[in-house]
Amino acid sequence: MPYEPVLLANINKKDSHTLAVYEAGGGYRTLKSALKDKSPGDILEVVKSSNLRGRGGAGFPTGLKWSFLPEKHPGPVYFCVNADESEPGTIVNRVQMEADPHQILEGIMLSCYATRAATAYIYLRYEYPLCLKRMQAAIDEAYAAGYLGKNILKSAFSLDLFIHRGAAAYVCGEETGLIESLEGKRAWPRIKPPFPAVEGLFRKPTVVNNIETVACVKHIVERGAAWFRSIGTPADPKDPRDPGSYGPKLYGLSGHVNRPGCYEAPLGITVRELIEEHGRGVWKGRKAKAVVPGGLSTGVMTAAELDTKLDFSGPLKVGCLGLGTACAIVLDETYSMVDFLHNSCRFFAHESCGQCTPCREGTSWSLMMLERIKAGRGRLKDLELLLEIGDTIGIIPGTTICGLADGAAWPIKNAIRKFRGEFEEYIKRTNPEGYMETEPVEAMATVPK
Amino acid sequence: MDQVNLSIDAVEIAATPGTTVLDAALGAGIYIPHLCHHPDLKPAGVCRLCMVEIAGRGTTPACLSPVEEGMVVRTESPEIRDLRRVAAELLILDHRPDCLVCAKNNRCELQRVAAHVGIDAARLARLRRHEKTLPVDDSNPFFTHDPQQCVLCGICVRTCNEIAGVNALDFAFRGFDTMVATFGNDPLVKSRCESCGECVVRCPVGALAAKDFQQPSREVKTICPYCGTGCGLLLGVRGNRIVGVRGDPDSSVNRGILCVKGRFGIDFVNHPDRLSTPLIRDPAGGSRFPGFREASWDEALGLAARSLAAIRNQYGPAAIMGISSSRGTNEESYLFQKFMRAVVGTNNVDNCARVCHSPSVTGLSAVFGSGAATNPLDDIEETEVLFLVGCSPTEAHPVIGMRIQRAIAGNGVRLIVADPRKTRLAQSADPWLPVRPGTNVALLNGLAHVILREGLHDERFIAARTEGFESFAEKVQAYAPDRVAAITGIPAGDIEAAARRYAQADRAMILYGLGVTEHSDGSLGVMGCANLALLTGNVGRKGTGVNPLRGQNNVQGACDMGALPNVLPGYQSLEDEAVRGKFEAAWNCKLPVHKGLKYTEAWHFVRRGRVRAAYIVGHNPALTDPYLQRVEEALAALDFLVVNELFLTKTARLAHVVLPAASFAEKEGTFINADRQVQRVRKAVDPPAGCKTDVDIICELADRMGYAMPARTAADLMDEIAAMVPLMAGIRYPRLEEHPLAWPCLDEKDCGSRMLYEKSFPRGRATFRAIDHAEPAEAPDASYPLILTTGRRLQHYNCGSMTRCTPGLSTLCPEERLEIHPQDAAGLNVREDEMVEVASRRGKIRVRARVTDRCSPGVVFLSFHFEEVPTNALTGDRLDPMACTPEYKVSAVRVAPVEGANVG
Ligand SMILES: Cc1cc2nc3c(=O)[nH]c(=O)nc-3n(C[C@H](O)[C@H](O)[C@H](O)COP(=O)(O)O)c2cc1C
Ligand code: SF4
Ligand code: SF4
Ligand code: SF4
Ligand code: SF4
Ligand code: FES
Repeated sequence: MPYEPVLLANINKKDSHTLAVYEAGGGYRTLKSALKDKSPGDILEVVKSSNLRGRGGAGFPTGLKWSFLPEKHPGPVYFCVNADESEPGTIVNRVQMEADPHQILEGIMLSCYATRAATAYIYLRYEYPLCLKRMQAAIDEAYAAGYLGKNILKSAFSLDLFIHRGAAAYVCGEETGLIESLEGKRAWPRIKPPFPAVEGLFRKPTVVNNIETVACVKHIVERGAAWFRSIGTPADPKDPRDPGSYGPKLYGLSGHVNRPGCYEAPLGITVRELIEEHGRGVWKGRKAKAVVPGGLSTGVMTAAELDTKLDFSGPLKVGCLGLGTACAIVLDETYSMVDFLHNSCRFFAHESCGQCTPCREGTSWSLMMLERIKAGRGRLKDLELLLEIGDTIGIIPGTTICGLADGAAWPIKNAIRKFRGEFEEYIKRTNPEGYMETEPVEAMATVPK
Repeated sequence: MDQVNLSIDAVEIAATPGTTVLDAALGAGIYIPHLCHHPDLKPAGVCRLCMVEIAGRGTTPACLSPVEEGMVVRTESPEIRDLRRVAAELLILDHRPDCLVCAKNNRCELQRVAAHVGIDAARLARLRRHEKTLPVDDSNPFFTHDPQQCVLCGICVRTCNEIAGVNALDFAFRGFDTMVATFGNDPLVKSRCESCGECVVRCPVGALAAKDFQQPSREVKTICPYCGTGCGLLLGVRGNRIVGVRGDPDSSVNRGILCVKGRFGIDFVNHPDRLSTPLIRDPAGGSRFPGFREASWDEALGLAARSLAAIRNQYGPAAIMGISSSRGTNEESYLFQKFMRAVVGTNNVDNCARVCHSPSVTGLSAVFGSGAATNPLDDIEETEVLFLVGCSPTEAHPVIGMRIQRAIAGNGVRLIVADPRKTRLAQSADPWLPVRPGTNVALLNGLAHVILREGLHDERFIAARTEGFESFAEKVQAYAPDRVAAITGIPAGDIEAAARRYAQADRAMILYGLGVTEHSDGSLGVMGCANLALLTGNVGRKGTGVNPLRGQNNVQGACDMGALPNVLPGYQSLEDEAVRGKFEAAWNCKLPVHKGLKYTEAWHFVRRGRVRAAYIVGHNPALTDPYLQRVEEALAALDFLVVNELFLTKTARLAHVVLPAASFAEKEGTFINADRQVQRVRKAVDPPAGCKTDVDIICELADRMGYAMPARTAADLMDEIAAMVPLMAGIRYPRLEEHPLAWPCLDEKDCGSRMLYEKSFPRGRATFRAIDHAEPAEAPDASYPLILTTGRRLQHYNCGSMTRCTPGLSTLCPEERLEIHPQDAAGLNVREDEMVEVASRRGKIRVRARVTDRCSPGVVFLSFHFEEVPTNALTGDRLDPMACTPEYKVSAVRVAPVEGANVG
């Protein structure tokens, strides 16, 4: 039986972004009945038992995150929707916001109802002008129709929703960077603890969830936790730390494929299925050399690893960071891994916010080394050094303040370990004499021993 | 509180709850590499070098982990080692290895980290040097900022925010381009930086480093010679030269923090213009100073003694006036007044507090029964509401200003400010009361009116501990907010809000400054402040009280020592036979009975020929006193003037004999700061050859006038003071070696009194004073439409004799500017930087304009630090009738652009 899309069910309808079309398809019915029949606690329960895991990259169980909100806090509680979508290769939030903004709004309303938030912010990537237009129009429609504002649908529930345009930096998508940015400051991620649930936006309890996560909430409330858990990869009984990967998922596909795009499938399709069935294969009749499984931070897998399942635990099994945003980037057999890593290092060096020593120094030094290698001045021992940097800047949890350094490290580690031959060959070919442009620097002259 | 036990690398440690693993380790002598930690600041956790392994929690930064009972910490593991090593190596590669020429060599945290992780040349060689070239900012005269050497620990940014409260620095750009910068990446001197140097002392590397740094070979603990805050200093000395200054971390006043003057303003001690031989007036000249020839001490002292004796013999002792300095030590002031009383035989002795804080003595005594600060400065952090009246601590008492900012940010203290100028603290105030100069009494009565009207007064306190309430309550009836608003120019709603905020707080504290005292009703203004405290029961408890912020370092002491014409040392009564008898017996003399002249009155007596000679120690009235044309005339008309000075000031130039004196760093003694703490001043270096200390000078002069002073050293003088002044009977040098003592300190076992009036007032009850508003002596009118008010600048001090001989301070603030509101400037056609003429009924001066909304419309502002811009040629000599303090804060002036001066 072919999979019936849920998250993208509406997108091919004409004017799918309008309230009229959304309502005609049954939109906001879930909200109406929930406000009538369900308590916030009921919604929290159903989300918890659905085992929904966050779609923003880290896969943190959403119900658990909500339950960290302090119960006795006088409030206010803030709800932030992360629509900063800046992970390279990632386009799925954008598709939803452009084509079906009301689905997201309904998800936000239900999530805010469950978390008792009366103010919500959508932190929207700066470079998404159409999303801004569609989302703002949808919010205006929702206010006019009484789905937002005071006493929504005559219930006791009130919600104000604002769009905040992002500050055009990757790190603004990190949840505490996002909070700082919303407060009008530099998006320097905060030290945790305290976690946002305890002390977030304006130092009040705050939830940050991804666009797709709140969209899932809408369907879970509508169809129930059992339905959600019937989709995807069940928990591995042998791994007590695997809570399973349930529900529908939006997959992104870009790079050297015939049909790049955003596709919906149950969690757990393989990389090969994604490329062959949804993407209609690698372009120009070529073979894949490497695939980034879920956004650049997740690292890279080889052609031999394409049967890996794209669920929360699959990529881990082949030494990648994780599922990430489930947006794969395909590199064909002609593409140079040196170029790939150079590109990756350039991105992270540019995006490091600069507070943590390992991240600031590690990302820029790795870029400088890649630049030299690319320019034909590399040495074989540079690879060792790159691995040392990759292995120390983010690997131990808590080495840095946020996950950016970790994300910068995986492409380095994966690319060099998995494609070492190609790097060595490139260096030998382009720099046969081991040429060194500048003299090595001496150790500090007077470091006391 | 119970200690928490934890183990770090198998060492069992007991730590204070609430501290971090890093604090605990460092405290136990276990080094954990760190760059962004500083004990004075909140943790930032950005360098990521302090990673440790905590059992059950994995690897976390030690500086962010609070200690917990039973914690097991390991500071090293293979993973941690790798992590630190790579981070340290990469940091070092960005850093110029200039250690031998770096001001932070041997004090550098990066060197320490490098030594600890073990930097290996071969490993570094694998990375190739790249060139990050960022320009050095050396615009500040005292320190450089070299972003190339920066490890981006953020300590400077946090210091400027948390300690200095200035927020001049922040991070700019991102990733590898991240750097510490001022707003708009301007040079430091163009930014809002106040050059306190707090960031420089905390920067762990050479990125922020003092210019011309020299490692001292020894340090001498002493007290700052500038404002009345009384910060503890450690003077760094090499040979016989002061090469640096550090804040004394043990001082309860400043806890190691200093302002720009204290840290960088001590250079005047080494200035080549210091006087080094006695000078005698001689039209033929002969010294490097025209009009003076050099003389031996013998000749100069002989001439001074003979001249004073001759005038005394011819005209009587009352023809001689003595003015002591509130910058000198207590011992000097005591000795000086003893000289005037016992040797010359007159009570004509005063000190320069006359022109600043005498109304504090009269006003506070009238209400409380004694004229000093009631509470310790530490209470700034303990109070709920701080009410500042007529003072700008961020400029005049910068370290107090910093403490206030920290109290606001860190302790949630609420601030009310009454000041005609929008000072830096006024910007944090809620509400700010922009009071028209000269209307403080109306405002203070108005606040009392609201408090009474709304029943916010403390009836129990009033009944139990005060008198005079009824007539006071009746008096303030007439000061309803509407009327007060009309008088003061403050919106009635803000007056009400301020009254409620002050009265509703459980603890509220008043700090006031010269904006209260330097008025023709200055004493009444002080009483108004004290009335408010009584009305709300804000006296005698922690976090309450009324504290004058003293202008100069020893204003309190000079008055306590009896350098006053109406009281003997320790405010003992001249009229009291027993007291007089005690002094006469001790001093072996007959004391004059009549009160002497206040020195601001003395100028009139010169004109009438009643005062013929004066002896002035370290004071420059020819520049700092109002209507200075008259002061100059009076000084010039004296038959004989002898002056002890460091530099040939304007006053010294009018003297017949100038005696070169030692500076604060060249002598022993004590100062008493704004909260009554007697603090030791210590000799760090020898005075320049040819100078003598004031104590020696006065003793030798007395010798020549036939009176042998028995106590001739600072310590002996303090013993004499303790014997003569009951309030200070317990204060002795050996005790002061350990820590300062606040008077009253009644015997050797008394640890001093940080707080006054806990149980009772000197007269039993405190007295409400019913006072009335009176318009200032000089109201603006059609010909002189603006109000001139005067004050200080951060970088300078008083007549500038010290600060203007400190080159860096003059670089930062090279000249005086007239502050004028944009509205007034537009009306008068005055533009920024243009030369204007400011004229009052007494004189006129030229100065450049600074157009700024710090001044309210109708008010212009000038400081009095610059001889080139003698502001006091404009001010008037109308005096507060009780304290004889002049009204510096209100003069009517007109301002006009100078034609022709602004071309090009
Ligand atoms: C450097 C960095 C960038 C991130 N960018 C995004 C982003 O653009 N969108 C997003 O939803 N989450 C992003 N995240 C993850 C968020 O921190 C956070 O985990 C997520 O918004 C939580 O939502 P979820 O629980 O619904 O997944 C980023 C994390 C890091 C470390
Ligand atoms: S890991 Fe990198 S991006 Fe994240 S806070 Fe640290 S320096 Fe900034
Ligand atoms: S010197 Fe003082 S004011 Fe200037 S930046 Fe440093 S801490 Fe801030
Ligand atoms: S200048 Fe000094 S204190 Fe400031 S961030 Fe750089 S290294 Fe740290
Ligand atoms: S605040 Fe006053 S006492 Fe303290 S260092 Fe500055 S001038 Fe000296
Ligand atoms: S000292 Fe802990 S992170 Fe810098």
